[in-house]
Amino acid sequence: MSSARNRVGIEMRMKADEQDVNKLSQGLAVEVSRFSEAWRIFRKNRLALWGMVIFILFFVVALSGLVLTYGDDPVLDPSKVRMPEKLLAPLSTVNREMVAPEDWPAFGVYLLGTDDLGRDVFARMMQGAWVSLTVGFVAVGIAVAIGLVLGGIAGYYGMVKVRLVYLLCAAALCAASVFLFSGQGRGAVYVSLGALFILGLSYALLRHGEDSLLYRVLSFDTIGVDTLIMRFVDIMLCFPAFFLILTVVAILPPSIYNIMVVIGLTGWMGTTRFVRAEFLSLREQDFVSAAKVMGISDTSIIFRHMIPNAIAPVLVSATIGIASAILTEAGLSFLGFGVPPPHATWGNILSDGKRFLFDAPWLTYIPGLSILVIVLSFNLFGEGLRDALNPKLRKR
Amino acid sequence: MFSFTVRSFFQKLVTLFFISVISFLVIYLAPGEPSQIDPLNPKFTPEDLQRFRQEFNLDKPLHVQYYLYYKNLFTGQLKSWKDNQPVMAKINERFLNSLWLFIVGTLITWCLSFPVGINAAINRGSFSDRTSTLLAYVLISIPSFFFAYILIIFVVQTFHVPVIGMQTFGMTGAGKLYQAMDRIWHLVIPSILGATGGIALLSRYVRAQMLEVIHQDFIRTARAKGLSADRVYYSHGLRNALLPFVTMFGLILPGLIGGSVIIESIFAWPGMGRMAFEAILARDYPIILTINFVAAVLVLIGTFISDLLYMVVDPRIRL
Repeated sequence: MSSARNRVGIEMRMKADEQDVNKLSQGLAVEVSRFSEAWRIFRKNRLALWGMVIFILFFVVALSGLVLTYGDDPVLDPSKVRMPEKLLAPLSTVNREMVAPEDWPAFGVYLLGTDDLGRDVFARMMQGAWVSLTVGFVAVGIAVAIGLVLGGIAGYYGMVKVRLVYLLCAAALCAASVFLFSGQGRGAVYVSLGALFILGLSYALLRHGEDSLLYRVLSFDTIGVDTLIMRFVDIMLCFPAFFLILTVVAILPPSIYNIMVVIGLTGWMGTTRFVRAEFLSLREQDFVSAAKVMGISDTSIIFRHMIPNAIAPVLVSATIGIASAILTEAGLSFLGFGVPPPHATWGNILSDGKRFLFDAPWLTYIPGLSILVIVLSFNLFGEGLRDALNPKLRKR
Repeated sequence: MFSFTVRSFFQKLVTLFFISVISFLVIYLAPGEPSQIDPLNPKFTPEDLQRFRQEFNLDKPLHVQYYLYYKNLFTGQLKSWKDNQPVMAKINERFLNSLWLFIVGTLITWCLSFPVGINAAINRGSFSDRTSTLLAYVLISIPSFFFAYILIIFVVQTFHVPVIGMQTFGMTGAGKLYQAMDRIWHLVIPSILGATGGIALLSRYVRAQMLEVIHQDFIRTARAKGLSADRVYYSHGLRNALLPFVTMFGLILPGLIGGSVIIESIFAWPGMGRMAFEAILARDYPIILTINFVAAVLVLIGTFISDLLYMVVDPRIRL
């Protein structure tokens, strides 16, 4: 069987070699797709390979966790309280006399023990896996989306100057939203009307009196787009990230969506910098100039030609970003500001279990080790991707 | 140099202004008011609420509140809403407590990561290199609160010493030596925890930097001259690999506040992070805002120092 498969493999390789030879004889380079080249390098990194395997396993576990713990009568019930069965060690079987049959865990065994309310830790871990996964992916998705847009604008349109009129309008709109949030609706209306007036005025002047002094003042070039965006990045980088997230999450009403959004909104600065740097270097390259000469629209150049070339560092930082988002969520849950109960997350299982550190250490070790393994796998996978996707490192 | 200093100073001032505006808006515009912190308390009558709002300027328009807040901050008049104590005095007291953790943690970081990183770079691909790489990833990935509990279990069960708090209660009558030992035991675990992320990151940086340097021509020349390996690596190599780390002195300043929230809460360490956590719980806006402001100032000072050090250390860099 295996020899047959080997023979097929050898034949295929020979066929590929024939194609290569044909290409070489025509004076063309051997075709190696970018993906297979990256995979060849990635495969050699054993740690990264393990990281990817755990990454995929975690995906499957989290998805099945969602399915198994969802609904009114789930297979694994994470919030079923069984007072006689509290603080049981992992792998202990259910006491069939004390607990009603409909309250038994799946297969009658507490795979990972029970907590201080007799809830099945295995079911809670399965539910928490889905929370960790969604928080990581949604938060990083938000961060990457903001980073791509802002970094792309800063890198591609960086030289464009912002006119005074737009700056005024933006300031007025900011002021309007501040008024709106602080409950002074009338102020918001006035200020946004003012912004509209300025915009309309400059438009009217553009049509009729281009030489007038007012038009010249309003269309005065103030500051480059690039400078504006990168200054904003600098400002955002000055905030102590975890403290800011903690403050906002504590003030907002408790909800899992708030946590995702807040982690995403405080994590886009790195992506912006990467994308801007990539765009700055890509913009000067020949294929972009060629595309411009051919009259291809800016949108098409950016989305069809530049983003695919700039995506590698973004993917890497996103993978590592998921790891840190999961850590942040666990930290918030640990401090009591995470996903509201009775929903289980790995952070709040650990936080609830810390009171029984010496009596029921599995309540600390199981969620702690799970977070460690998942975050580690994401980090290793991300680093492996960085080595595989970075052409500069290949030469070494 | 002078023009850079002046320009950079004004840039940082503008940045600081925007930071103050954004942090103020984020906190004041969030739903809910500090006066609603305890709405079910029967002793908190509507009149009290009115007085509370008046006392802390909460009934004024937002821009007036902003102006009053920063005026009070800079004139030292700012009071905590919780206990009416001056904010700067409170922060000062806690700052000194955090400083101990910070200094010991930084020392541990720098003393450990340099030998580990240099060793890994010199013996690239060896067993010790791969182990230290994996260990660095583990240290980055481990949740600090989980690591804290592992260390607590280990230290308490092995050495039988108390570790929570800054010192053991009732030690005031003991001898000086006992007191000092007690303080050191209490200091060890939190500062190791504070150093874990730093050790992992810095040792990786040192390794990368050292690898880059020892593949350059002047190292080959030094080897060809017949110098001993130690001289090549430590005298010629390390000196050139050190440049980026001199500048990191400035960038570790913000570590005084960031990241210590969880650790100080677990160990009941009366430092800045714990005060920030308590202030968040009590919705004590003046303290939250001031800690945020101090953190931003530290970041800006840190980047400024590191920029200056760049120039001093490496004359090729012009800013």
